[in-house]
Amino acid sequence: MRFHFKTSYDHDIRLFPDWWKFSLYATLVLVMLALPWIFQGVFGGRTAGFYLGEMTNVLIWAVAGLGLMLLTGTTGQVSLGHSAFMALGCFLCVNFLDAGMPFLLAFVLAGIVTGLVGAVIAVPALKLHGVYLSIFTLALAILADDLVVILEHWTGGVNGRMAPDFTLFGASMNRWANPQGWYFLALGTAIAVTLLYRNLLRSPLGRAFAAVRDSEISAQAMGIDVARTKTLAFGLSCAFAGLGGALMGFFAGAFNNETFNFLISIQLLMMIIIGGLGFIHGAFLGAAVIAFLPQALSMATDFMGSASIPGLEVGVFGAILIAFILFEPMGLYGRWLKLRVWLELFPFARRDMFRRQKSYLKTERLR
Amino acid sequence: MSLLALENVTLKFGGVTAVNNLSFSVNEGEVFALVGPNGAGKSTVFNMISRFYRPVRGSITFDGQDLLTKKANEVASLGIARTFQNIELFERATVLQNLLVGRHRHRKTMLIEEMLFIGRARAEERAHRLAVEEVIDFLDLQAYRDKMIAGLPYGVRKVVELARALATKPRMLLLDEPASGLSVEETQDMRWWIEDIRRQMGITVLMVEHDMGLVGKVCDRVLALADGAKLAEGTPAEVQSHPAVIEAYLGTSAISKTANAKGERV
Amino acid sequence: MEVLQLLLSGLANGCVYGLVALGFVLIYKATEAVNFAQGDFMMLGAYVMIGLVNPQFMGMNFWLAVPVALLIMAALGYLLDLTVLRHMFGQSQTAVVILTIALGFVIRFAAGLIWGHEPQSLHSPLRLGDVRLGGVVLSLADIAVIVVTLLMTLALWQFFQRTKPGLAMQAASQNQMAAYYMGIPVKRVQGAVWALAGVVACVAGILYASKGTVDISSGFIGIKAFAAAVIGGFGSLPGALMGGLIVGVIEPFAARYLPAGYSQIAPYALLIIVLVFRPHGLFAQVRTKKV
Repeated sequence: MRFHFKTSYDHDIRLFPDWWKFSLYATLVLVMLALPWIFQGVFGGRTAGFYLGEMTNVLIWAVAGLGLMLLTGTTGQVSLGHSAFMALGCFLCVNFLDAGMPFLLAFVLAGIVTGLVGAVIAVPALKLHGVYLSIFTLALAILADDLVVILEHWTGGVNGRMAPDFTLFGASMNRWANPQGWYFLALGTAIAVTLLYRNLLRSPLGRAFAAVRDSEISAQAMGIDVARTKTLAFGLSCAFAGLGGALMGFFAGAFNNETFNFLISIQLLMMIIIGGLGFIHGAFLGAAVIAFLPQALSMATDFMGSASIPGLEVGVFGAILIAFILFEPMGLYGRWLKLRVWLELFPFARRDMFRRQKSYLKTERLR
Repeated sequence: MSLLALENVTLKFGGVTAVNNLSFSVNEGEVFALVGPNGAGKSTVFNMISRFYRPVRGSITFDGQDLLTKKANEVASLGIARTFQNIELFERATVLQNLLVGRHRHRKTMLIEEMLFIGRARAEERAHRLAVEEVIDFLDLQAYRDKMIAGLPYGVRKVVELARALATKPRMLLLDEPASGLSVEETQDMRWWIEDIRRQMGITVLMVEHDMGLVGKVCDRVLALADGAKLAEGTPAEVQSHPAVIEAYLGTSAISKTANAKGERV
Repeated sequence: MEVLQLLLSGLANGCVYGLVALGFVLIYKATEAVNFAQGDFMMLGAYVMIGLVNPQFMGMNFWLAVPVALLIMAALGYLLDLTVLRHMFGQSQTAVVILTIALGFVIRFAAGLIWGHEPQSLHSPLRLGDVRLGGVVLSLADIAVIVVTLLMTLALWQFFQRTKPGLAMQAASQNQMAAYYMGIPVKRVQGAVWALAGVVACVAGILYASKGTVDISSGFIGIKAFAAAVIGGFGSLPGALMGGLIVGVIEPFAARYLPAGYSQIAPYALLIIVLVFRPHGLFAQVRTKKV
């Protein structure tokens, strides 16, 4: 167990509490940066490209997941409609590119505009609480699915659009020709979004988000404008989701309404719960699960010698989620935190330390 | 001079009149208590001042400004902070983070600054922390600083709520039953804190409290309520011996027996 | 005449939505949980019936199979509560919502594994005839749907309004601890509610499968039913039926009069409009938190 002797307020403000944590994350970033070469050395050639693509996929899901995490994990508003904003981000990005913008500008602008649209939609949506908000956003996702088909001029209708080749810092970005480039794009976006998120958490607005999650009434008494705060959270969340969506669509090569089906938003929500609701780490862990699960399952079915079973992924994913909600509501990251405490206290940790408090549900329903 | 003034305030829930034509005023720098049996409308008065409820008639002014034109979240920025009867802390955050939320009304930074953590963000953050640490020192919360609220005992939560209200640097503090559920020692601490809050920080205190021992020791003036209407107003001793107050608490027949009694508790 | 025809077929469809919505509201009223898997329950009920009746499976007599299917679904509902939902006791609504969504995924997977992924239709005697009233044609199945739904809504409504177990269920949801103290066996009551929801889903499933074909994604009509329940105002049984009928009637009219592509968004657009202007549904119950 480490003790921190704090000598200035900066100790509480810093991103990393001590040099040990800092070096841990620095190593992680360095390994991630070196990954293309590590893979090249370990697997070589085509296989390395494939695994790098898988890692890119993890990072893309993580970006979208961070978006939803901000809304659901930090602000406590459950959205089942983030696929709509992912679609918006993606189609905005492709249209901005068509208009002749350079990729980086189109990409960031797509995120910003998605965020603004999200904030506008949030104004009526956030008067709703709990389940009503979930169903509202779910309806949004389904509407968006149909709107993509209707707005053929921008979206290519049912046929969708092909992701155009674009250049970034002089390099031609094609998923197949340049997997390294794509990997770095996704990594860069993930790191940038994580930093923005982390900065928010250590400043007043981030704390206001958490306050709204835990008690709207006392957040108000502390001078927090609940409606405005929720709107901001929704907008920011949509902006991140839009960035994730743009990456996802472009990475897939071609995209239409099916790419951003409402089931994607449900998967996104399940993903951050499995990872650990309310933790930045949770978005990454959940993304790893969602991206590697199909691989693991196909390996398992190969090993058992059976033919592939349709729908297996979704079924197993659902079962995993049920197991998590029942046995570890804090997700993978929560499990890790407990493991860490257990290791630090060894051999003094006791089973009952992590027992959840018994709770009774009480509602203010009048009738 | 009077800091907070309620005039002819009436509030109805459906057919029930929760507060009936109530007027009172709290002077700057005094400790004022609302007492009365359960359901008398004490917390309702608080909730009207916090702008969670809107009275059907009457006016509420704070420092000359009409409170009824403000939104619930603007009340805090006028300098009114409050605690709640059934503690409303941010459960999934540490004590420190809870107190920092109290600083929200002093937020000057913009979204972009905060996200990039550039410019004023760091300096502002230091200032917030400085202010919060002062409150932590004042209320002896150092031991719980980085603890999650969810695991804290009731007595400590009560203090944290008081601390969070103080972190807003209010001019006026509304305390909803600050001593309920506290042990004798904790109540004693609460009493000293309330006295210090008034003396050292110059904060006006309006509180709802059942413990007449505490009320008698810290309050300058007391207002007794029953069924949403004023029964008596005056010093703690005056109110405690007021026949209407005794009647409201003990029933009519008790008046003769207790008319001369001067117990600590009514 | 065309309008009447559209109206009637819409009503028949709406009744199925209404039945599924009834299941939502039932569970919501009694356990304060929202069961997003109710549509998949219905799909499962339909498949259980197909498994019992259709010649390639067990080939039972239709009328004999109905009570068996109902019983199976009741048992399934109870078991689900026993094994999964009871562990969620006292947890937030949101957790239950996500759990039931996941449950729907698993049910869909299981159904695909057992009954295959091709659309199937139930060998139902309700398929046999049409009834002509003036210029309007109604299938026997449509009439059965309307009649059964009305009866079912009435029965459930009376159950919650008048009978002791019904009131106990409501009490159990609104304050679990107080209900305990009053001697209501809260957990057993919840088990009973889930069994009842299974039965309602099975009825809906049988009627749905009698009208057309079923496949494993039929459960997605649960989303429309959910829209119906919200439009009607969650927590009101007649409201749920009304919501179902509104959604059911809007669909054929939108398909007839709106340009292609716009028609399927009509129910969701309506849902969004209702939520924006009447956040608690058309038959609202307002709630505020007390401090």
